[in-house]
Amino acid sequence: MTTASPAPAGRRRLLPFSPWHLLLAPLCLVFAVPLLWLLLSSVMSDAEINRFPPALWPSGIDLDGYRYVIGNAMFPRWFANSLIVSLTAVASNLVLGSLGGYAFARMRFAGSRLLLALMLATMAIPFQLTMIPTFLVMKRLGLIDSLGALIVPSLVTPFAVFLLRQFFLSLPRELEEAAWLDGCSRLGVLGRIVLPLSRPALSTVAVLTFLTTWNDLTWPLIAINHDTQYTLQLGLTTFQGQHHTRWSAVMAGNMITVLPVLLAFLFAQKTFIQSITSSGLKG
Amino acid sequence: MPRLPTPVTLPDRGEKRSARTRPRPLLGKGGAAPDTPPGRHTPRRRLRQETATAWAFVAPSVLVILGLSVVPVIWSLLLSFQADDLVTPSRWVGLDNYRALAQDPHFDQAVRNTLVYTLLYVPLSIGFGLLLALALNRRIRLVGLYRTLIFVPFVISAAAQGVLFSFILDPEFGAANAVLDKFGISPQGFLNDPGQALAALLAISLWSGTGFCVVVLLAALQDVPPSLVEAARLDGAGRLRLLRHVVLPSLGPVMVFLLLWQAITSLQVFDLVYVTTKGGPLGSTTVIVYFIWEQAFKNFTAGYGAAAAYALALALLLLAAVPRLARALRDRFAPDRTPRARARADRHLEGAAR
Repeated sequence: MTTASPAPAGRRRLLPFSPWHLLLAPLCLVFAVPLLWLLLSSVMSDAEINRFPPALWPSGIDLDGYRYVIGNAMFPRWFANSLIVSLTAVASNLVLGSLGGYAFARMRFAGSRLLLALMLATMAIPFQLTMIPTFLVMKRLGLIDSLGALIVPSLVTPFAVFLLRQFFLSLPRELEEAAWLDGCSRLGVLGRIVLPLSRPALSTVAVLTFLTTWNDLTWPLIAINHDTQYTLQLGLTTFQGQHHTRWSAVMAGNMITVLPVLLAFLFAQKTFIQSITSSGLKG
Repeated sequence: MPRLPTPVTLPDRGEKRSARTRPRPLLGKGGAAPDTPPGRHTPRRRLRQETATAWAFVAPSVLVILGLSVVPVIWSLLLSFQADDLVTPSRWVGLDNYRALAQDPHFDQAVRNTLVYTLLYVPLSIGFGLLLALALNRRIRLVGLYRTLIFVPFVISAAAQGVLFSFILDPEFGAANAVLDKFGISPQGFLNDPGQALAALLAISLWSGTGFCVVVLLAALQDVPPSLVEAARLDGAGRLRLLRHVVLPSLGPVMVFLLLWQAITSLQVFDLVYVTTKGGPLGSTTVIVYFIWEQAFKNFTAGYGAAAAYALALALLLLAAVPRLARALRDRFAPDRTPRARARADRHLEGAAR
């Protein structure tokens, strides 16, 4: 619905466009300018940035910053690490979340209600309560300082299990029964009937898992010491600490960190926004 | 459990539940039931098979989720009664950590900073979010573009935001001071100024967090039943009355969610602080999670950090109890505030006004 009523025929229009644009356009500019500045400063030369007052518009495109972070720093390595961790987390959340969600939705077994309730309750546990012992657990497992320490805790989240369960419950049972009659196993029913119908829920899980694992800084900061195992977020943060004066390189690194999420968002905007609002309204 | 040898079907929920709650008579009678052929164990075997499959399906999730939550929660509680440096064996110290926490001026400062930040961030982000959502909730051109621009900062990591704003707000090389200079305003310290650092952090969080509120509220506004709006309009409600009596009340549940969500995220803010100020200058931006991290992983007093974490968890738990309390109170004092009742009451009001 919209609260804007059609303008009465008699009212004269002072502007060729809705007056709301006068409010919205400057406000949106405030949101856009810092990101624009990120892009601009990443292609500026250090000389332009380091004079006072600094230039607000680049005189030409200078890719020294990018050359530096790709050649001298370990950004390509960190990019690969981030990609490995995020994609593994997405894949395993989809697989394990589907299996768990399906069992909780369609199969009854002793203790299922209790287990589901327990898993849901863990969603309310704040991360800082578990971060110190999780570090100790990972240390016992010998995973600290390896990508494994980043992957294991994000293999599956209660959110993925619960969201998929809710979605599976909303599907008509009859389709599954038909496959069941044809002698399909549970796994077959899940893989051939249920999952192909669950694209919206699966994409929500994929988007939110990717977003949270790619963007996380806290846990990599705790679990990783050696710079070959850094993720992009951790690498960028450390790089900034060490190169305080090379702002164009820092901003080039920042662009590299932000770009995958930004591109994913721009291409799949609808999915992103639906994922976030739906999880918000139900969570 | 079906008595008749029925063809294979998906076990119905109802019959399974009865199987679970009354297993004994079922197992005892199963084979002896008159219309079941003797020696036929198929349903029972299938049930057992089904249970095994179900467990195989949930086992990985249960192991990861419960293993990395229940175990750490208990471990954390134990840690909070110990002196632990993450390396050597820990020593039991009873309530010493909590006692020390109560007297620690740094913890006190961290709690105060976090509360100030939260009490400003939550209402401001939701307030701005509501205004922007109301402005965007109309059929004009470019709305999609505006929404995208407002929402984009939300998908950017706190680390990237922090690095970007460290640069923009850099007292010497930053664009912010360059712009202020054009207007003849003297350079500011921003994140380096103890008096401005927390406000600067707040501004960065609002830049990135408002978009979330806008998108959630916009979705909720579009869900307001058009019939309600139409009815109120036919009764002569103006735009403001429509907003006050129809639109805003129907946002209730979403508002509760947003309040909780924003409060929880701002009480747990860490990444942005770590990247921009590291808790400084002079501890002016040390927030609770930063305090916990510093104690556990920088000063290697993990037991002390765990005690602080438990204190924060308790605060969050209390916070989560608030909406339930509010609902209970509302049900007690205004039991008929359903949308329909509200619309009816509205119509009465409008009628009386005319």
